[in-house]
Amino acid sequence: MLETLELSRIQFAANISFHILFPSISIGLAWFLFYFKLRFNLSGDGIWMRAYRFWVKVFALTFALGVVSGITMSFQFGTNWPGFMATVGNIAGPLLGYEVLTAFFLEATFLGVMLFGFHRVPNWLHTTATFVVAFGTSLSAFWIIALNSWMQTPAGFEMRDGVAFPLDWLQIIFNPSMPYRFVHMMLATFLTSSFLIAGVSAYRIIKGDEKRAPKIALKSALVVASVVAPLQIFAGDMHGLNTFHHQPQKVAAMEGVWETERGAPLLLFAVPSEEDRTNYFEVPIPNMASLILTHEFDGEIKGLNEFEGEHPPVAPLFFGFRIMVGVGVMMLGLAWLGSSFLIRKKAPPKWFLISLVAFTFSGWLATLAGWYVTEIGRQPYLVSGVLKTADAVTPIAAGNVGLSLAMYLTVYAVLLVAYIHTLFYMARKSVLVEEFETNEALNTVVSSEDDSKIPLTGQQEASM
Amino acid sequence: MEAYLPEIFLGLVGLAVFVYAVLDGFDLGVGILLPMHTDDLAHRDQFIASIGPFWDANETWLVLAVGLLFIAFPEAHNTVLRELYLVATLMLIGIIMRGVAFDFRAKAITTHRLAWDRVFKIGSIITALTQGYMLGRYVLGFADGLAAQLFSILSAFCVMGAYTFIGGAWLVMKTEGDIQKRSAVITRKAAWATAIGVAAVSIVNPLISAEVAERWVSFPAVILLLPIPLLVTAVFVVVDRYLVGMPHHKDFGCWIPFVGAAMIFLMAFCGLAYSYFPYIIPGQLTAAEAASAPESLMFILVGALVVVPVILLYTFFSYRVFWGKVGELKYY
Repeated sequence: MLETLELSRIQFAANISFHILFPSISIGLAWFLFYFKLRFNLSGDGIWMRAYRFWVKVFALTFALGVVSGITMSFQFGTNWPGFMATVGNIAGPLLGYEVLTAFFLEATFLGVMLFGFHRVPNWLHTTATFVVAFGTSLSAFWIIALNSWMQTPAGFEMRDGVAFPLDWLQIIFNPSMPYRFVHMMLATFLTSSFLIAGVSAYRIIKGDEKRAPKIALKSALVVASVVAPLQIFAGDMHGLNTFHHQPQKVAAMEGVWETERGAPLLLFAVPSEEDRTNYFEVPIPNMASLILTHEFDGEIKGLNEFEGEHPPVAPLFFGFRIMVGVGVMMLGLAWLGSSFLIRKKAPPKWFLISLVAFTFSGWLATLAGWYVTEIGRQPYLVSGVLKTADAVTPIAAGNVGLSLAMYLTVYAVLLVAYIHTLFYMARKSVLVEEFETNEALNTVVSSEDDSKIPLTGQQEASM
Repeated sequence: MEAYLPEIFLGLVGLAVFVYAVLDGFDLGVGILLPMHTDDLAHRDQFIASIGPFWDANETWLVLAVGLLFIAFPEAHNTVLRELYLVATLMLIGIIMRGVAFDFRAKAITTHRLAWDRVFKIGSIITALTQGYMLGRYVLGFADGLAAQLFSILSAFCVMGAYTFIGGAWLVMKTEGDIQKRSAVITRKAAWATAIGVAAVSIVNPLISAEVAERWVSFPAVILLLPIPLLVTAVFVVVDRYLVGMPHHKDFGCWIPFVGAAMIFLMAFCGLAYSYFPYIIPGQLTAAEAASAPESLMFILVGALVVVPVILLYTFFSYRVFWGKVGELKYY
């Protein structure tokens, strides 16, 4: 029988894993929408508005799933982890409070204008609303990453009678790992959303969509991915160095280093065994891990044995890290390959389009793997060095947690299937719609001084 | 100022809960009222269109209320959610159901639309009932026993009635023609149910809580408090007469039922606040006992004083943009 602690951990992991899927799309997608809207404003070419209108619906759906799973998260702290608030509530509370006050209301309110207000407000205001939503999603990422990073590398506080009290809010917010994690996550959402856009657009093209909208969306996504993917590898490396400095036990688990050693090899593959405290089936590249982490061939890497009993479980970190990096490298390859077709002005071949469809949700895989590394890597602590996970859990009976967990898992499974299904259904539906010359109607909206409502025809409605 | 921080935050939590009850109350009510006959598709679209631009921001007030409780009174937050574990989970499932159904219905295959509409309606009902039940458990300080359970169930239906009332009133304000007429009929019924519920809770609550009884019937409080029940009665009468007289010439005063419902919500909140101040958990824990560190509260209060007026400003702006009768359901 699983105990309340294990069930609560599984429940929290399930909730936060489900939740992160949606912000990891919506943050980047919001900026894509702003870009589409700007291109439309500048060129007056209705094709950009068509791309906007398709993707804004995906955004609305994604955002709604993010909101409802986020509300669930905000309850989880109290329902399952009362020790978290009791110990570090003085720090965590205000950070979450600022997220709600400065970001949530902003996003939610202007999303209404963005979705339903195109004919009710002047065009510039609709563009502004799009910007505000994009800004709001990023701001909300800023606050939550600040809190998460503080849990990893706490700073700017003191403990009095077992309770954390704030000393310096700037140190708390911009704690040592925060800038790295924030940049890494923002780039991740750009990669995730560009591969989503590329995958769905490629799917439309494969299904015989001859319109320009999916082509320009695909092109935009490939260009963004080509720029962001190498930046992400660089940012990830910087983040890794930061972790090596502040949480060496996490890096030791990621690299599968048991004994402290100089000139540690980079393990391409291995099967770490915590029981025997060694690796099997190693495929090493000599000295590489030391070179990457210390920039010296024989740099020292602290091994897991120095942290026995205080280090995270090794296998999930070891494999999670390799999945993240592996998927990331493949994303880089695909993006650059796509850009090479763009540069040579060559229509991308079908096998390439199929690969993009297969990679539609690759960002999810990399993002989840990365978060698993960083979050499991903090164990056995909930807040590094301050609060152990086991000490924060609720006294609620295991049966009740099991019941709530079963309910959440059922709902999440249904929703995930429905989300993916709906996304591709929308793509198929848009293929069947012929390209209407909506440019004129749209241009009138832009050029006319008054912002009176100019209705589109029913057919144009259907072509969104 | 530091000495009053717990009470200030108690007031802020109360404000957030009140704004939530009015704003999400109306969109939950619209969900509860969603007509489910298969030939009502056009009507359903209008219902949905009337709340489309708002529901998301409305729900954020719940996050703010829970967030403020969590920030300012972590111990109370922990107690509340421990006591209400399963019913809170059920409410979250309800919120998830309606939130996603709202978006899926517009995008999914047309033949699935009815199913998503059902999910939306059921989710709205679950959310309303569980919130009412939690309110009942909360005001009794999570007391156990049959009386407490029955009171909580009464409270559950009361809150659902109140949400239906304000949701119907919203539809009267935002729609016209046939839907408006049908909404007026159902709003009147819901208003009556709410009135009976408010009366029942007002009578039962002092009966099972000695402290509440003492606060209400002592002299001279009873004279000073008399305006509350009188005003509530007057508002119910005005709203009832207005709805009976529907439709009015040139849609005169279509906002009256909604404003009336909001006033009744406000009175009910004042009543609760008077009954339980300064407790954060009735009869167990006061705001001062449960409050977080002053340095944390000051940090968030400074921000709140700047940001909350801005939020109210752009919330007003958003309602201004979508002022007037609802048109066809469209996404852009």
